[in-house]
Amino acid sequence: MPKIKDLVFKVRSKNAGPFWVTLDIFCGDAKAYQTVSQALATETVAELFRQPAEKLKRFDITDLNVIKFSMPRPVIQGDRKDRDMHGAQWAVLLAESELDVSASC
Amino acid sequence: MTTRVLVPSGVLGLGFDSKALARGVAMKPDIICIDGGSTDSGPFSLGTGTSKYSRAATKSEWRELMLARSEAGVPLVIGSCGTCGTDTTVEWMLEITRELAEELGQNVKIATVYSSQPIDRLKSALAAGEIKPLEPAPDLSSATLDTCVNVVALAGAEQIASALETGADIILAGRTTDTATVSALPLMRGEHAGAAWHGAKIAECGALCSTNPISGVILVDFDDEGFTVEPMAEAAKCTPHSVSAHMLYENSDPFILYEPGGYLDVTDARYTALDERRVRVRGSKWVSSNTYTVKLEGARVGGYQTTILAVLRDAHYVANAQAWVDKLQAFVTAEISKSMGLSETDFDLEFRLIGVNSALGDIEAKTGNPTEVGVLGIITAEDQQTASEIGKLINPFVLHYPLTADEELPTFAFPYSPAQSERGALYEFSLNHVLELNAPMDAFRITTQDVSHA
Repeated sequence: MPKIKDLVFKVRSKNAGPFWVTLDIFCGDAKAYQTVSQALATETVAELFRQPAEKLKRFDITDLNVIKFSMPRPVIQGDRKDRDMHGAQWAVLLAESELDVSASC
Repeated sequence: MTTRVLVPSGVLGLGFDSKALARGVAMKPDIICIDGGSTDSGPFSLGTGTSKYSRAATKSEWRELMLARSEAGVPLVIGSCGTCGTDTTVEWMLEITRELAEELGQNVKIATVYSSQPIDRLKSALAAGEIKPLEPAPDLSSATLDTCVNVVALAGAEQIASALETGADIILAGRTTDTATVSALPLMRGEHAGAAWHGAKIAECGALCSTNPISGVILVDFDDEGFTVEPMAEAAKCTPHSVSAHMLYENSDPFILYEPGGYLDVTDARYTALDERRVRVRGSKWVSSNTYTVKLEGARVGGYQTTILAVLRDAHYVANAQAWVDKLQAFVTAEISKSMGLSETDFDLEFRLIGVNSALGDIEAKTGNPTEVGVLGIITAEDQQTASEIGKLINPFVLHYPLTADEELPTFAFPYSPAQSERGALYEFSLNHVLELNAPMDAFRITTQDVSHA
């Protein structure tokens, strides 16, 4: 199975304030957007970050060929257990995850 | 009418292209606005009431902006002075401004806007039901407010407008929303409210909304139906994609942005290229709320820390790094109990394996065979002395602890002496709440002063 990073232009993550983190998948073009948007379930992303799926907000933004996920930070920014102050490395976990696109190909 | 706002960069201290700034000044802006802070770097700045950027970098850039202001003859506004925007960082920025006014021989009227919140006032507001949680919010009680070392409220366009009404040349504002310094003047002059907030959001990170983010300088023209954004660096372009994509950045919702007094809705915004470098935006909406609320940010001390760093290079230890630290952790916890009489609830000791999963922890999905592994021990205790005692106590074991009983004692690599470092207080964000106000200035105060050196 391909990894998400092989299907899209870029995956980015960043804090949205100290209590939220947001992930942006820049698909690059409409075809990649259609493929990833259909194949990637919110539950899959939630599982990756071990969060309940209902905590994730999802935005499929056709105009930008972007899929965006936002979730409350599992650890508040800067708390004792925080490992990534800016939340920017979380994107890598999503980028490197495999995506079954057989249904949409 | 058109209101022209020049934004030199996303934050003071990060640098900007001086030629682009000069081009922006030549475009005759009505105001120059820059952000001075955010929570991006974590709770330390707010906890200590200090700037994360160096004084030298801040002063050097502020000198250029004070010269630009003098040349343009328009107000210069900075929000969230000194990263966290406490009263102490506003005073820090005021001191820098006064020094520069003297060095540059300028006569300036300076207005300072203060955003720090007295804990007693917040306790009264909490008791009166005027503090409401956002999602997700830490528990809040009168007792937790007592543990906060600094609390600020985020000023909006109204407080910046009050400061502009004093006729000040330079406005140094405490904690302010990222957008409020930019939206204030367009709103005062009756430009389209949705455009004022949307254009402010696009411009607040400087040239990040363009194809050349590090050039910094952005110019926005606001009018009664929309706004036009243009980068000032020669090599930079704004495209409908670069501008609209900026709404994604550090925003949990790319269409809605909450501000004091209402929210911005950009669902129906349309982005049109005017030419190769300018983008026109229409269709943004501002929705006023019935209650005027300002967001609160607070920091408290979550303990004191000492860290220790060792590097494993021996292939056997690298391959068994997790098993080694698990064993080490159990052993030193018993030693701490025996020697210091501390139970596991009195302190926290965590080992993170750099090269294995230190950035992502348990959710890391990738495994590999690193050449070496950094072992970062983080000790948190109620006071620095205890944390540092634990650091000293575990030091020889972090250096020599063997995986098996029958081997020669190993010695790992300490990168410096001593291997442990005192980190001081660990600050935590303690509030994700809003404060209801009867009038915008109820939680803020403004002072003015004239400085003459010409």
